[in-house]
Amino acid sequence: MGLAAAYWIMAVVAVLAALGVVFLRNVFRAALSLVLCFITVAGLYITLSADFLAAVQILVYVGAISVLIILAVMMTREVQQGSPANRLKIPAFIVAAVVLGIMIYTVTATSWQVASAAPLAPTTVPLAGKLFSESGFILPVEIAAMLILAAILGAIVIAREK
Amino acid sequence: MLANYGLIGLFFIIVALFSLSMPIIPIVLRYLKIVPSHPGPVKNSTFECGVETIGKTWVQFNFHYYFYALVFLAIDVLVVFLYPWAVQLRQLGLFSFFAVLVLVFIVVIGYVYAWKKKVLEWK
Repeated sequence: MGLAAAYWIMAVVAVLAALGVVFLRNVFRAALSLVLCFITVAGLYITLSADFLAAVQILVYVGAISVLIILAVMMTREVQQGSPANRLKIPAFIVAAVVLGIMIYTVTATSWQVASAAPLAPTTVPLAGKLFSESGFILPVEIAAMLILAAILGAIVIAREK
Repeated sequence: MLANYGLIGLFFIIVALFSLSMPIIPIVLRYLKIVPSHPGPVKNSTFECGVETIGKTWVQFNFHYYFYALVFLAIDVLVVFLYPWAVQLRQLGLFSFFAVLVLVFIVVIGYVYAWKKKVLEWK
């Protein structure tokens, strides 16, 4: 009962925030609306017993991606004009509506299999064992660190002024 | 476990209601004629502490500062790996400690590279 109420509150807020991202003229307000959308998605992860994923969502999306987007807004030329409408409005709406229709069809037409086992709660502790214990996936973790390193170096090399 | 998160959700709802009610209370009081309405240029100005701004506040910032966000994002992804390790720190033992040292060392190479290339200088 409480879970269903929480789910519906977060689902409605997530959809409203997503619509706000599209319809708000002020780019900065749209970015804040996107942050609200990220937070509600984290809440939805919690209702699905994925607490580590929710923490990552808050940490990376609400914490870092939003900072990246707001810094991009800071660097936008003539940001006061907001997001003006252009002639691609109607084609973009049609493409978005088709994608939405396909996704709704796929989600409703798929027969979702429900596992008989109860979900792990909390998930962070078993995940730590899987990643960092001696029999765990320590090599893939280090490879992920190499990926982060490559991302930093690549971003600096590509974006640095000559 | 879900009940704990329910408390956080309740906290969010209280925060939203409180922050909504704070601007609504003075508006309602003014409609009820309890608070007199004498608007003036000083009263209507947005309250801000410090010096008044010169020119527009919506200026375009230098692209240079984007590197801070990029490096911050990369280090933030590193924290995703440190977080489960920190939760299980005592049980995982010394092996995971050295594994995490290697992990941090690899990412710090990128940070030092950014430092040496002087992209972190605030000009």
